[in-house]
Parts: sequence; structure tokens; C-alpha cells
Amino acid sequence: MKFGIVVFPGSNCEHDCYHVVKHVLRQEACFLWHKDRTLAGSDCVILPGGFAHGDYLRCGAMAKFSPIMETVARFAKEGGPVLGICNGFQILTESGLLPGALVRNRSLHYLCLDLTLRVETTNSPFTAQIPPGKVLKMPVGHGEGCYFADAKTLKRLEVEGRIAFRYCDSKGNLTEESNPNGSLLSIAGVLNERGNVMGFMPHPDRCAESILGNEDGRLIFESVIAATQGH
Amino acid sequence: MSENTEPAVDLNLALAHGLSSEEYEKVRAILGRTPSYTELGIFSLMWSEHCSYKSSRIHLKRFPTTGPQVLQGPGENAGAIDIGGGLAAIFKMESHNHPSYVEPYQGAATGVGGILRDIFTMGARPIASLNSLRFGSPDHPRMRYLLGGVVGGIAGYGNCVGVPTVGGEVAFHPSYNGNILVNVLNLGIAHAGRIFRGQARGPGNSVFYVGSRTGRDGIHGASLLASASFEADSQTKRPTVQVGDPFAEKLLLEACLELMKTDAIIGIQDMGAAGLTSSSVEMAGRGGTGIDLDLDRVPVREEGMTPYEMMLSESQERMLVIVRRGSEEKVRQIFRKWDLEGVPVGEVSAGGSLRVHFRGKRVADIPVKPIADGAPLLKRPMERPAWQDEVGRLDLTGLKDVVHPPKALKGLLGSLNLCSREWIYRQYDHMVRTNTVVRPGSDAAVIRIKGSPHALALTTDCNGRYCYLDPRSGARIAVAEASRNLACSGAVAQALTDCLNFGNPERPEVMWQFSECVDGIGEACRALEIPVISGNVSFYNETEGKGIFPTPTIGMVGIIEDARLAMRSFFCKEADVVVLLGETGEELGGSEYLSQAHRLEAGPLPVLDLEREEAVQLACIEAIGEGLVSSAHDCAEGGIAVALAESCFHPEGMLGAEVTLPAGRRLDAILFGETQSRILLSLPKFNLGKLEKICQDREAPFSLLGAVGGSRLKIHVGEEAVINTALTELKRPWAEALPAWMV
Amino acid sequence: MKVRVTVLYKKGVLDPQGKTILSSLHQLGYKEVTDVRAGKVLELSLPKMGKAQLEKRVKEMCDKLLANPVIEDYQFEVAE
Repeated sequence: MKFGIVVFPGSNCEHDCYHVVKHVLRQEACFLWHKDRTLAGSDCVILPGGFAHGDYLRCGAMAKFSPIMETVARFAKEGGPVLGICNGFQILTESGLLPGALVRNRSLHYLCLDLTLRVETTNSPFTAQIPPGKVLKMPVGHGEGCYFADAKTLKRLEVEGRIAFRYCDSKGNLTEESNPNGSLLSIAGVLNERGNVMGFMPHPDRCAESILGNEDGRLIFESVIAATQGH
Repeated sequence: MSENTEPAVDLNLALAHGLSSEEYEKVRAILGRTPSYTELGIFSLMWSEHCSYKSSRIHLKRFPTTGPQVLQGPGENAGAIDIGGGLAAIFKMESHNHPSYVEPYQGAATGVGGILRDIFTMGARPIASLNSLRFGSPDHPRMRYLLGGVVGGIAGYGNCVGVPTVGGEVAFHPSYNGNILVNVLNLGIAHAGRIFRGQARGPGNSVFYVGSRTGRDGIHGASLLASASFEADSQTKRPTVQVGDPFAEKLLLEACLELMKTDAIIGIQDMGAAGLTSSSVEMAGRGGTGIDLDLDRVPVREEGMTPYEMMLSESQERMLVIVRRGSEEKVRQIFRKWDLEGVPVGEVSAGGSLRVHFRGKRVADIPVKPIADGAPLLKRPMERPAWQDEVGRLDLTGLKDVVHPPKALKGLLGSLNLCSREWIYRQYDHMVRTNTVVRPGSDAAVIRIKGSPHALALTTDCNGRYCYLDPRSGARIAVAEASRNLACSGAVAQALTDCLNFGNPERPEVMWQFSECVDGIGEACRALEIPVISGNVSFYNETEGKGIFPTPTIGMVGIIEDARLAMRSFFCKEADVVVLLGETGEELGGSEYLSQAHRLEAGPLPVLDLEREEAVQLACIEAIGEGLVSSAHDCAEGGIAVALAESCFHPEGMLGAEVTLPAGRRLDAILFGETQSRILLSLPKFNLGKLEKICQDREAPFSLLGAVGGSRLKIHVGEEAVINTALTELKRPWAEALPAWMV
Repeated sequence: MKVRVTVLYKKGVLDPQGKTILSSLHQLGYKEVTDVRAGKVLELSLPKMGKAQLEKRVKEMCDKLLANPVIEDYQFEVAE
């Protein structure tokens, strides 16, 4: 299958995503410039991490006006899988493709460390291959990763099974220490109504190779590949 | 201010620009007339300490700078070494001390920006940053603010640009109260055959200005003395500290790397400190050409900028590019794509002069060669300080030995100089680019090279107290320890870069310290075969006549043959045996323990035998390369007891140890003495024989200390159990000291 | 003319910066401060235009880009 990785000015994990899908998972991959209007035949679109437009004003606020985002929205509407990682998640919420917003970490500091998280639903192309309830370890790197949505939206997300991942401790318990950015309901990843758009704060692209000491991130990419090839 | 109201140039104005009267006479002799105001500005910049290295050049010649691996030694934007597979590692370290004291966030941020440009200007994609920081006394009211700001600035800039900050060091000492140190190192990877240099060749080729616009930033900042008396009225609103724009830098980085894939570039150089002046003069100098500049075409951010201001501005995120004739459109196109300025501002000329034009007038016409060749070369007087002998003495007879070792150990672990740095490095994105194999917290950071079996190990090191007590030995130890850090990760050291931070060079004592440190670095480099390939000198780190500890920071890079064998410093397997390479002497002089427990900063430094050092390092590297070892950790500040405790603090689950150290010396020296050339290894018992054989072949001392296991650290000295403490109890002060101090 | 736009977190959105500033003020002895909200101020320079048109345009800018309605409220005033 073919992954299209969107490059905004200021993206900085595009090469990391490309490396994982192309060299580790041996899939096709291409870069999509933010001013393009075509997805070049991609089966899955990734909005990578970074600081699109310098994160000036608000993270993701300016990226939503890039021409490619119209095409991405159309692709999503047609059911195509779209994965926003870190800054990509912020862009998805700013664009309205996902509910809520990512605000400043509780600590006010940028946080780069491994966290543990629990998969909450296997009913999505990004999580289908992950054993239900499994605790994964993945690195995060963000200053604005605290997930916020109003109470009504949160309730809806919960009821509709659209919370994809939650930060937890190594045993799977939701605790305050295991949620250092202060996300509401410990949310690490959410899905759109149809389940084909996921915003995800941790970096699966940073933990998909044994030499980096952690391969948990592969599960997300492999889920997408399986879901797409199963079509 | 317009050009016709420019001040008349005379000796007083030259003096106010930091030129001496002899230098001013030399300028007049070179030009055959009185310089224009703009010319005076150009000379004063180029002949400043910052650009000309006038106090240090004569000494720096003593460094070994060559080796089969060296692709580019000192003299360019950065140094380069061959790392195999057709690839080159390009790296350099620079200081941004003074700006960081004035405005810590922006000072540190623009320091990172500057060093990144030095690397990508050579055609390399930056893949790793490190930083070496020094702060004053923890009690000093400004230090929290300074540390928070510096760390925030490094994080803010580096994270945004997407270059991981993978390691470094921090230390505190009152000598840095008025002058903190912010030294930043960056390393990039390029194709060995595609290294770009700052050279202006081929008369008729275009000179392009690319990047951000020029404002009045930092005029008289980094390089000139800020004289309040001259031009006082127009100075007031000028910021002397520049503000960094990491987003612009990221665009500039991507645009330059994209341009470098074409054949459009003849030469390229950063316009950082000393801006348009040094980039044009230096490129013409290296190319043996001249440059004609048309300042009317320089993109400016502010209205009414004069030629003087444009030539001296230190606005960030700009480059000067010499473009092959006929490729101009390609350059415009790429920079347009990245929303950056990319405009021709001049031409390479055959005449050998820098000619600057503004509004139809020639405002400067300077022969390039004499600016470079004629730059002052000072042989400043040197004198060994009268107090040097005094501080080198230490009489242990009156000094009480340690009474309560566990308490002393906890004290050291919980001190700001030795505690965990996690509060700092978790604010740095140390994983972006997905190459970080060994993260911050071990002796050296390790970066894999995609598409190559090798990895690079990086470290920075310097003990300022050592260099104060004995500059030559202290500098030798800094090199040896940096190399040892790399050995602990399994890497063979390849080359180093340095940041030589000192006080006022006009004081003979400081010059003596400088010269001694240069010789110490040189000696160790020659013995360990590690060339110096780039670096930077920072003088005048002095307030009210009190200089900092001499701090020649070493940044070193090594190669690990098999990236998969990269080693960390933590015990990781129950029942592994613990071995010491090297031997422990009775050496307390200059130690962290003496300083903390007895408020004593004195004594002869631990003796460094460079042959022994090499033997120990080679044994360690070979054992790691053979896959025999589970962990390796250097014994440094705080001695073997601290090294053992640190080895127990595995980030994914602590693991204790029980060891026995030979008795027969002072207990404090056994536990906390800083004898050099020691490495702590853990390994499966069945590999012990092979390790012993390696050590015999290499003539590296070897002793079995004990075994890994449990949740306590137990240290026996001879028959006596001197430490038997739960790891949780040891780790708490170590983990909490820095965040607790920062609150 | 200049328009000053003030953007603040909505009530109910965690404002850690405001909280931190509040506790610093308390530490400095300014106990009378009961709440701090940290936000941002944007100053827009525009050509002269009628009040109604100005308000319409600036409101549009705020809704589209300058504030995120999910988390932020805004207000604006003509500064000069």
C-alpha cells in the first residue's frame, strides 16, 4: 500500500514516518507538499509531527489553511484513513476533522519521554491489530499535548468508543502520574465518528525498530496496512 | 541617520570601536587614507577578538589537527571527518555565553541557531546537538532564572527546528556567578564528496543573500565593545541581544539542503555574528577573490538602515551564497518555495577587494587579503599566578576521614553537580529523527547512521575546578575523560571540537592558563591520536576582575563499528559480575567530595597516565565490540561510589549490586576519590575469562568487584560493610534535587 | 488604524500559565489577587474603514484564525 506523508513548512517528523513505512515496513511512501492538491494515489495519509508554521499563534492553526488540507478532508470524508501524529493531531483538531483541542501541558514544559498507554478500542484501522486492553510504551515529545474538549464532547467520545488510547501506568491503571500533560480523561488518541481519522499524541514513528529499543509503534502502522490490504 | 551625517572617523572613534592606536594606523596604511565610517566598522569587526582570534591564534597552532580521517580541519565553518560508507560527520562547538547571561532564553536559542547554520552551511543535515552549561552558585538569586531560561531557549529552538538534543553536561560553581557558560555543539551528516565551503570563486558569479531580512539586531553585540559614549543617542533602542526565529531557520535549512542537491553553489557561509561583513570578507579571502556588494538590494526589516548598520548587523537566520553564473533562477525558485528571501546582492570580482555600494556611492573599498593576513596577532604576556602553587597543595593528615559513608554518598548524589539531569533533558526533544540509540543519561549519547552499520557516539566534558587547580593536567583530563566516555559506549574516538572559555586575556595569568590548557589538550590529543578539527575561543568571561574557572570544554565524536552493540551505563542483568578496569589510588585532590564535604578546592589532581588510559579504553572498546559486556560506566566526579550508584539507576527498573573494594587507604579516597582511567563494567560471569584475556593483552588492570542483583547497593571495603542502602533511598535525592531546586 | 485583539482561554479550560503566575504573585505577597488568566494580545494595523465593516472583518479573522472557538474567547477594541 502507499502512504502519503504531508510536509508543511516546519514539519520535522516527515522523514521519520517515511523511514518507518518505507524502510522498516517495506511499503510505498511519498511526500505530499502542503501546497499540493493531490494525494498521489495514497491509501493512507499521515500528518507528521513537527512545528508546522513554527507553531506560531497556535499549534496547527495556520496549517489548516494549506491547500492540501481540503484534499485530505475530502479523502477522510470518503473513508480514507488519516493519521495525525503529535503536531498532526493538533492540525486535525484545528481543522475540525477531530473534536477538541490540544492545549499547553500541565507542567508548562515541553515533555520528551516514554509513556505507557492503553488501547481502548480495536474498532479502527489504526488499532485493529492491537490486543484489546494491551499496554504499550511509546515516546511523546510535545509542549501542547493536553487534550481538551467540553464535557458533552467527552461524554460522546466515550459513549461512541472514539477514545482510541489513554495514558496509563505500566499495569494499565489510569493515574495522575501517568498522564503528565494533563489530558482530560487521560486521552492520548481520538477517532472521528467513522473511525477512519485518528489523532495521536505519542510517536509510533519513534518506536518501530529494535535498535531503538522498542517496536510497539509498529502495531499502529501494521494495523493500517492490514486494514487497507483487507479491503 | 543617513550617510552624510555619519561621524567623522578619527583615532577616538577607532578606539571606541575597540581598535588600538597601532591597529588604527595599520588600517590607514592598508587603505592609504583615513577609512570611511563603514570601513572602520568592517575593520573593527574583522579585527575583533571574536573574528580574528588575535590573542589565541598563536597558541592554537600547537593543536594536532590532522589524521587520515580528517576531511576538514580548523579554518572553515566546521570540521569534518570520514565515517565510512562515503559519509562525513561535520561538527563544531560554539559559545554563546554573554548573550545568554543578558537574556537567557534568546541568548541560548540563538546560540543553537548559529551552530546549526555552521553545520548545514557545509552541506550536512544536522542530526544531533549537545550542550555544555556552567552556572554560578545555586544560592545566587539569578541562577534559577538563568538555568530555566537557557534550557527553555535550547529546547524552544532545537525542538522547533527538529534537531534532537541528545546530551551534554551541567555544572555549578560560584566562579560562574557573573559569567555563565552556554556552549553548544552540533553534528551533521553529509556525503563526503559533497562538502560545501565558504569560498568565493569565479569572478562574475553572483552573490546571493538568502534567509530572513536584516534589521538592526546586535550591532556592536557579539564582537564589538558596546561603548555608551559614542553615538549614545542612536544606540538606545537597539537590541544587543538578537531574537531567534527557529521556524525561519528550519525553512532556511530545508531550502539550503535542497539547493545543495543542485550544482548551483560555489560557496556558502552563515551570516551570524559579524554578519555580512565576515561572510563576504572571509569567503573572498578563502577564494582569493574580491566581492562587490550592492546594499540597496539587501532585504531589510527596518527603514532607513545605513551601510554601516547593514554591514554590522547580526540578524539571525541568514546566509550568503556564491551562485554559479546561470543558476540564479534555480536559487530564486527554491527560496521562493520556502517563503524566504533569495536575492542577488553582488558579484564575485577579480580585483581582490571588498567594494560596497549604496545609493550610487562606494561606501567601502578594502583590499581583502590584508584584512585577513594583516589581522593583529598578539603575543600577550603570560604569567603563572602566584597562588597556583598554593592551591595545588593538599595535606590530608589534618583532614578527618569519612564517618558515615551512606550519608556522604547521598549528599553527593543529591548535589546539583551530580544529580539527575532528567528535568533538563526531558524538555529537549532527544528522539526526533529516530536515530537516538543511547539517550541522555549515559556517559555518551549514541546516534545510529541510517543506511550504515555504524553509530556515532558524542560527549562533552570539562572539569573547571581541575583546570583552575592545574590547567595543563585539567585539560589533559578533559580530553581523556571525553574519550573514556566514548569508550564506555563502545566507540573509538575520532576527533574533537573545543570551546575554550577563559577570563580576560589582557591579564597575564589568564593567558598563562589558556596556554597551559592548550598544551594539555595537545598532549592528550597526540597521545590518544585525536585531532582537533574545529572550535571556538571565548575570552572576557570575567566580571569585576574575577575570571571564571578556566573551562576548555571538549566535544568529542567516536565511531561504534556495530550500532547494535552500543552500550549504556546501567546494570541490566541480575547475577552479572561487576568488574573494574583500572586501579583506585589515594587521590582526593580537586575532587567533588572535598569540595562538598570539606569546602576545600585544593590539591594535586589525580595523575593521568595516558598510556594506562589508552590501555583501559581499548580493553573496554574491545570487550564491548566482542559483545561481552552488559554495561560500562566511567568513574568520574564523585568517584567509584557515585559511579556504582548511577549504574544501579536503570531508567526502566533499578538493579542493585554488592561489591568489595580493596582496603588499605583512606576510606573517603577509596569511595569518592577521582583516580583517572577507571571504567566500571558489568557482564555475564561466563564472559569473565575472555575479558581477563583482553585486559592482559592490553595491559589494562582488571579486578573483580562483585555482582549485580537485588534492590540495594552494598559496598564492602576489605572486611567491613561501609554502605548498605536501599536503591530507592539513594535515588530519591538524586532524582529530586534539580526539580526541587528549580521550584 | 490599530485594532487590539485579546484572546483568553474560555472558562473551564485549564490555564496552567495563569495558575503559575497567580501562585508567584501570592508568593510575592500580593494575596489580594484571586485569579489570573494568561492569554495573548494581537495588534492589527489596518487602513481606515467604517465601524460596521471593521467589526465584521475582525470578527471573521478571529473566528477563522486568531482564536480557536473550542478553547478560546476573544474580544477586540480599536486602539487608535
